[in-house]
Amino acid sequence: MKVDRRDFIKTSGMFAAGSMVLPPFVQSCQNVQISADVKSYLDHFEVTTEMLQKVIATAMSKGGDYADLFFEHKISNSLALEDGKVNRAYSNIDFGVGIRVLKGDQTGFAYSENIALDDMLNAAKMAANIANSSASFTAADYNEKLPANYYKISKKWEDVSVKDKVPFVQKVNDKIFSLDDKVIKVNAGMSDESSYVMFYNSEGRLTYDYRPMISFYAVCIMQDGEQIENAYSARSVRRGFEWLTDDLVDELANEAVEKTNLLFKAGKPKAGEMPVVLGAGGSGILLHEAIGHTFEADFNRKGTSIFSDKLNKKVAENFINIIDDGTLPNDRGAINIDDEGNDVQKTYLVKDGILNSYLHDRISAKYYGVEPTGNGRRESFRHMPLPRMRSTYMENGPHTTEEIFAAVDYGVYVDNFSNGEVKIGAGDFTFFVKSGYIIENGKLTTPIKDINIVGNGPQALADISMAANDYKNDSGTWTCGKDGQSVPVTLGLPTVLVKKMTVGGTNA
Amino acid sequence: MTKEEKYTLAKWAMNHALENGAQEVSVNISNNQSSSVEVREEKIDKLEQALQSNLSIRLFVDKKYSSHSTSRLNKEDLARFIEEAIEGTKYLSEDEFRTLPDPELYYKGDGPDLGSLDENFGNVDPEEKIKLAFAAEKEILGSNERIISVSSSYYDGLNERVMVNSNGFEGDTANSYFGIYTNVSVKGDGDGRPESGWGETAIKYNELKKRGTGTIALKRALDKIGAKKIESGTMPMIVENRVVSRIFSPLINALDGSAIQQKNSFLIDKLGEKVASDKLTLTDDPFIIGGRGSRLFDGEGMATKKRTVFEKGVLKRYYIDTYYGKKLEMEPNSGATTNLVFETGDKDLDALIASVKKGIFVTGFNGGNSNGSTGDFSYGIEGFLVENGEIVKPVTEMNITGNMKTLWANIGEIGNDVREDSSWRTPSILFNDVDFSGL
Repeated sequence: MKVDRRDFIKTSGMFAAGSMVLPPFVQSCQNVQISADVKSYLDHFEVTTEMLQKVIATAMSKGGDYADLFFEHKISNSLALEDGKVNRAYSNIDFGVGIRVLKGDQTGFAYSENIALDDMLNAAKMAANIANSSASFTAADYNEKLPANYYKISKKWEDVSVKDKVPFVQKVNDKIFSLDDKVIKVNAGMSDESSYVMFYNSEGRLTYDYRPMISFYAVCIMQDGEQIENAYSARSVRRGFEWLTDDLVDELANEAVEKTNLLFKAGKPKAGEMPVVLGAGGSGILLHEAIGHTFEADFNRKGTSIFSDKLNKKVAENFINIIDDGTLPNDRGAINIDDEGNDVQKTYLVKDGILNSYLHDRISAKYYGVEPTGNGRRESFRHMPLPRMRSTYMENGPHTTEEIFAAVDYGVYVDNFSNGEVKIGAGDFTFFVKSGYIIENGKLTTPIKDINIVGNGPQALADISMAANDYKNDSGTWTCGKDGQSVPVTLGLPTVLVKKMTVGGTNA
Repeated sequence: MTKEEKYTLAKWAMNHALENGAQEVSVNISNNQSSSVEVREEKIDKLEQALQSNLSIRLFVDKKYSSHSTSRLNKEDLARFIEEAIEGTKYLSEDEFRTLPDPELYYKGDGPDLGSLDENFGNVDPEEKIKLAFAAEKEILGSNERIISVSSSYYDGLNERVMVNSNGFEGDTANSYFGIYTNVSVKGDGDGRPESGWGETAIKYNELKKRGTGTIALKRALDKIGAKKIESGTMPMIVENRVVSRIFSPLINALDGSAIQQKNSFLIDKLGEKVASDKLTLTDDPFIIGGRGSRLFDGEGMATKKRTVFEKGVLKRYYIDTYYGKKLEMEPNSGATTNLVFETGDKDLDALIASVKKGIFVTGFNGGNSNGSTGDFSYGIEGFLVENGEIVKPVTEMNITGNMKTLWANIGEIGNDVREDSSWRTPSILFNDVDFSGL
């Protein structure tokens, strides 16, 4: 609200001290282990269905059309290493309930950090004010909705002691130092999160979700003569303690060292428009920025997206299929239910080159007369849900990577990114390239680093002229920001060629 | 919670930690209340109210360190939370540099009133708030056939905090804010729907400028119609005061004690050296009445002081907190900026533009980043082409690329149009020889 409607994505694992997504240090406040059933969640939040119905009735008391309650208990713990030792930890506990009332497409919202009945009723009264008549509401009988399970895990993070996690962070440091004499510093860390969510609405739906998350990162800092460079590697998934292995430590260490080494020889390309080949994986940032945000239905409902008039129109080559998916197993962007209690799905945004669907929350789905797509997400119980991405990717295309490189006389190849941004209305989007290469006559030549690439969404989508058959999902620590709310996402892409975008560089 | 209740709970938490194995402790308790209303199409679109409480605790246990926060403030939960946190800390490695600040450096009280709080915060009529949002929308609704969507918001908030440190610090702060913001989207030529926003903020309700956000937002959106990229080239760049922070923050981040010690700065070992144009003189002044960054003590409890950051391009200070001070063997001088004040030139924005033969006036950034250790940067930009001192046409979908050291050595002129509604009181700045990429 206080900034322009710009939306951005970034990967964490950079230096910002303590800003890494949070890892168990502290346990749940309650000692109760929660099992996968509604009764267990009700007990965890110390509420009864009668209390829920009372709060909903108060929320609906001014004539609202609909109301929902979003209970959340999130335990986050992180460990970090600096100067060779795991010598700091951060943890956070967040607990409360968000109460939302809808009247048409209008929203009233309040939350309470206490779940005593009186506190919830007070918050419900505030949210109810979006409507202004008086109405009697009869509570629907509650119906329990069993959620899907897209993230099966063996050992929950709440059951893992800090002393069992410390060695992995220490090992990644030691491994990086062993790989290259130029290494002068390592920053590494691990964050785990266990989130318990319970949802109830005025239609009687009662459901819940348990959302584990683990992020692991390493930053490598090297010096060669006067020159100092750094790069990082990171992974983030919805998995349990069993995910941590020595192989993973080696993978992160090798990647961080390789990426840093590349930078010592890297320069800048020529400034201007040129073909851009996006490598498989993290290049999915192109989809996130160029079209993902502009397909979010709230912008389209208000007519403020550059894609507002494009539904069912051809927007890309026939071989292009773009998906936003909440169901990928153990993916950082997966959710068993969205934050409005809806099932999630695999949603085709572009099918055979045609704009097939926007990304909907409850409000926009009603506006467009379609089923919700399970994209209603929120940062926490303190925020109202908005249409948001989950995992956004493109399916394989008909070309080979060899054919794609052969098509470029002078351009750039990019496959390592840190952040991006888009202006929804103008459609201009950017992504920042940490490293890549210049392509000359179909061959990778000089490495490049630290350049921004800018394009226009509809134009860039139409300009994807080739796509290979090497799709990869990127499991980095991607965090998407919109209206001041952050949510975890992922992205993916096969190698593609965009005919032209404007590449940052020098004019010398 | 009242201030007294916060102090009582903070001291209880501190003592509980001391009794359960911590040798030093710092506790912060904050309450933040906020409300907002957003209107669209002459209806309330969103109405939000929030009351947030948080306790954060920094623990120093057997030369080991950790920090924790929670929104669960009942004593039973807090007691277990603190005990678990202390127990967990014991599994970390020792860090000899972790201590609370030297008590000599603490703020001792009796500082001036910095004007950070509206004493009448709670007395604004809720109906009046809603009317302000509607009035902002009404300024422009229906005034131009290109308008697609207008949304206007009113928001306000009050943040109150107390801090206690186990080696003898107690302090509290309170600050308020009020704001109005309008965002407008307009139909462009073709598919584009340029949008722009404008906001007004104030610490005190009486000082809030209550009209004009709609009008300014609309003008700025209309000005963008027809924006296109132009030829790549090396040209002067004027950056508008409200967006200067995007290219200024990497320079300030490079002064951070952690960045210096962790070798993630392009200004390592540069104290006392000329690292920027002699047109850059910058002061960190914590004592400006009504300044958005004004404070009597920093996040660790240390008394703030007015200090020079750059003097005619010479670097005069880093930002050193207690921990990195010990690691770097430097005196701590507070690890965070307060109000940053530029020594200004004599030209306003119009005069800066008038002084440029051919260049680009940047009014917005779009993504991009800067490499902390080398200062290499590249950012997306939008703005206007300037020729012979006049704005000619809007530009967009372009990048600027270069190095922070070169950029700040190439200051052409510091404007005098300082923005006072931000702790970083940035003026518009003219830079020479910037690499733009476009066509």
